[in-house]
Amino acid sequence: MSFGLHSAVHPFGPQAARIAAVWWLMFWVSAAVFVLVVAFLLGAVFRSPSSRERSAARGGGQKRMGAVVGGAAIATAVILVGFLVVDVSAGRALATAPAPPPLSIQVVGHQWWWEVHYPDPVASQAITTANEIHIPIGRPVEFDLASRDVIHSFWAPSLHGKKDLIPGHGSRLLVQADQPGTFHGQCAEFCGLQHANMGFLVVAQPEDEFQAWQAAQRQPAPVPADAVLARGQQVFLSVPCAMCHSVQGTPAWGQNGPDLTHVASRRLLAAGTMANTSENMSRWIADPHHLKPGTKMPPTALEPSDLQALTAYMESLK
Amino acid sequence: MPTRLRFVMLPLAALAALDLGGCRREKRRIEEPPPSGARVASIQVGQLQPGPKLPPSPETSTPYEANAYGISEGQRLYGWFNCVGCHAHGGGAIGPPLMDDIWIYGSDPANVFASIVEGRPNGMPSYRGKIPNYQVWQIVAYVRSLGGLEPKSATPVRDDHLQAKRKGSP
Repeated sequence: MSFGLHSAVHPFGPQAARIAAVWWLMFWVSAAVFVLVVAFLLGAVFRSPSSRERSAARGGGQKRMGAVVGGAAIATAVILVGFLVVDVSAGRALATAPAPPPLSIQVVGHQWWWEVHYPDPVASQAITTANEIHIPIGRPVEFDLASRDVIHSFWAPSLHGKKDLIPGHGSRLLVQADQPGTFHGQCAEFCGLQHANMGFLVVAQPEDEFQAWQAAQRQPAPVPADAVLARGQQVFLSVPCAMCHSVQGTPAWGQNGPDLTHVASRRLLAAGTMANTSENMSRWIADPHHLKPGTKMPPTALEPSDLQALTAYMESLK
Repeated sequence: MPTRLRFVMLPLAALAALDLGGCRREKRRIEEPPPSGARVASIQVGQLQPGPKLPPSPETSTPYEANAYGISEGQRLYGWFNCVGCHAHGGGAIGPPLMDDIWIYGSDPANVFASIVEGRPNGMPSYRGKIPNYQVWQIVAYVRSLGGLEPKSATPVRDDHLQAKRKGSP
């Protein structure tokens, strides 16, 4: 199972490239400083006693030492201020909005999953999904970040740095992917028991594939095609599922958990905890607390045949 | 044991015993075992009833009383399942207030549980099969805390909404 690319030193867009450039500059300058310091240290350790006596006899040792230490302190200050200038200018460049208005995507952090909205002036064309964000390549995307409970942090290192999601205070992140790819993202601010299992995927794809994905996500859930799926839908609507989850096209309108209208189209389950297979789906429905202790999803007791029907129904929501 | 040591150990043991009592507030049941599959049978509210004698209620005790984690989870679920819609934040609206000391159908945990699971006349819907039992018990603990029936040590520290005045509080 692939969780996607997750590396700040392999950038896939201009913002990540800028951040990677700052990182490599800091890395090489710091490496040079480290090598110099170690060279001086070794020089001092292995300096022969006779040369020490010679320079002491020559006099002026104190003065020379003062010049070396003072010079090193000034060099340190210059390097640190240089880093600061590079860092602040990179930060300013990353915050500047590009000329064409970017595609706006709303991301809401929950304990412990990500709600994703693609707003549209026509309400029926808006999309709600979870934990898997599709973006087109070659054009800027703006993530509008919010939190419903505690502070989270949105971090897909292949595309950008971290940005906190703060309750009651919106924040935004401008991102562009220049090459297609599947990138792993992760909550980067400790947010409770399952902080480690609060991941997401960013799928960057060519414009036509992105449009096709959007068109598929706008469809309501398919009507159950056979008796097993019909039973599965009936189970879904009669046990606690519908109290928290929505399936567009059915009376299930819960808003507390992820939208499940196209749950089978997503690659991972439970915010990147496991692959979205029917076996994992069944285990997740029956005993989520064993797989993700502390999750807000309750365990549900079902007859085996009902659990199979419900899983089949979930897997039919492509 | 030397007498000196006993003087030290006895108060320590007493303190440890006190601490054990305090653990109930802090216990977090983060792994609810999957339910056995049995749906809740009717909760018995009284001894007198028509028809056959009901079996004893399967579950009338709760690990969430006086438990800070359970009460705060109940507070979250109280909002999630839209209790707010009728009872507001305890002050009542089209539903009766929950923070006064009038409990039409009883204030014991089992009574409140029955009110949620069975529903009550004049508008309270039944949540049987819609909310898992352990979550109902969490809501019960929160609802009781609204009326000041839970120990003050376990109720949420600060709430932006109205709260019942407790005995002894200024």
